[in-house]
Amino acid sequence: MTAMRRRFAEVASELLDSDETVAVVLADIGVRDFAGAALEHCDRVVNVGIREQLMVSVASGLALGGYRPIIHSYTPFLVERAYEQIKLDLAHQDVGAVLVSVGGSFDASSEGRTHQAPEDVAILSALPGVSVHVPGHADELETLLRHAVAADGTTYVRLAAQSNSTPVTVRPGLLSVVRSGTRHAMTIVAVGPMLDPVMDAVADIDATVLYATTVRPFDHRTLRAHAASGEVVVVEPYLAGTSAGEIAHALADRPHRQLGIGVPNAEHRHYGRPEEHAAAHRLDAAGIRASILDFLSDSGDRCLSLHVA
Amino acid sequence: MRDSVRYRYADLPRLIGRMTGDEKHSPSAQSTLDVLWVLYDRVLRVDPDHPDDPDRDRFLLSKGHGPVAYYAILAAKGFIDEEDLDGFGRYDSPLGNHPDRVLINGVEISSGSLGHGLPIAVGVGLALRAARRSGPRVFCLLGDGELDEGSNHEAIAFAGRVGLDRLTAIVVDNQSSTHGWPGGIAARFASEGWWSTTVSGRDHAALQEALTTPHPGRPGVVVAVIAAEGEAR
Repeated sequence: MTAMRRRFAEVASELLDSDETVAVVLADIGVRDFAGAALEHCDRVVNVGIREQLMVSVASGLALGGYRPIIHSYTPFLVERAYEQIKLDLAHQDVGAVLVSVGGSFDASSEGRTHQAPEDVAILSALPGVSVHVPGHADELETLLRHAVAADGTTYVRLAAQSNSTPVTVRPGLLSVVRSGTRHAMTIVAVGPMLDPVMDAVADIDATVLYATTVRPFDHRTLRAHAASGEVVVVEPYLAGTSAGEIAHALADRPHRQLGIGVPNAEHRHYGRPEEHAAAHRLDAAGIRASILDFLSDSGDRCLSLHVA
Repeated sequence: MRDSVRYRYADLPRLIGRMTGDEKHSPSAQSTLDVLWVLYDRVLRVDPDHPDDPDRDRFLLSKGHGPVAYYAILAAKGFIDEEDLDGFGRYDSPLGNHPDRVLINGVEISSGSLGHGLPIAVGVGLALRAARRSGPRVFCLLGDGELDEGSNHEAIAFAGRVGLDRLTAIVVDNQSSTHGWPGGIAARFASEGWWSTTVSGRDHAALQEALTTPHPGRPGVVVAVIAAEGEAR
């Protein structure tokens, strides 16, 4: 079990103990992690079996009944299979839940495409009012999960096997400035577990590095305050360009260029280890560095443009 | 209670007649009329002045299309103003071709896309169970065509396994399912451990008896059969 997943089960179980409005709804994934909590709170830890649509709908019913449900499964089963339930049974009913996925984009690399969903943040961003947290460390996950459960509305928390070496003291909803460059420096937004490879990639490059663990809503204000050069690179552990619209919106009144680095929108018919997939997608430090240098070497006029690596 | 207006069953055609523009769903609306009337007139413990009473019964209209019968009965029972019926389907009206719980007093769920109500009703029932509220019952109305949606069968199987006896599904069977149900709709539910009964969807006394029959330890389904056309009450 990954550090984030372990911490998730610990914190959620603790919240079940301390808050009698919290419920956990599962679809066979993660049941062992909540075995103890289920004994203590059998009415609030519900395993519906391998029925992901029902998992979200049951959470909706619990929310209508005054509970704060946490829903948990693998990314594609939670976000893609039950997408209409998220749209209609949560958003359209005007009730909320905390959706916690495991698997990231290609943590389940050896399982193949059926167990991967790098589109998750993009499609959830298309729904109104959904917040998205992407922690890069188990400590950050705990902060963000507690914040999400205490809030209203629907929040998506994306767990990943990949973790940064040290946590950042995150403030939910806000970008953190982890490195300041010169006033001519490019601005790099590193999302969640992309922070460590980004810092390695730009160790000798003049860059301001902003760290994002909340990507929806996107912190436009902090980005604007640290993007004087108008050169912006977003490094996301999911579909490349997912946050391009947010960057464009934040800087709409300024000339700027942006590069979106992330998982390509293409079938990738390989198995193996997550590290191999990261390298293939140029999401390791070397690949990120190469993409950034390519972007910087582009001598085109600064304009409103998007490059997707 | 909204201006204390109460109407009888005989007033419903006039109330329905105030709504125009969704004639394609008229057969569907007509098929649910008697079940909805019996529910609101004889079965549900709901109060239009206290729509959020935690001890109220919950009624979830899953078959959200053709809601004019539903709206007429909500008006007849004082949940909405009769004058609202005239604006049915218009831009500024709260009454659309599919109900929206945010816009209409007393409506428990927004529905329209089929196969959502029963799964949500299971969650509503579990919430009541977790809250130790033994009084409220949960009723969910579906259509037989709607049963084609696979999401219903996730709910049917799970509700049976957990013995959700406060839940009663009502399937209005107007023979809309393209491929039908071999062995009958009641048998489909019974195979998952549900109590089941089949009655005429026009017989008020039979509907009342079916909808108020306890089914301890397991969920129940009332299949309300609507003949092709012209069936008398």
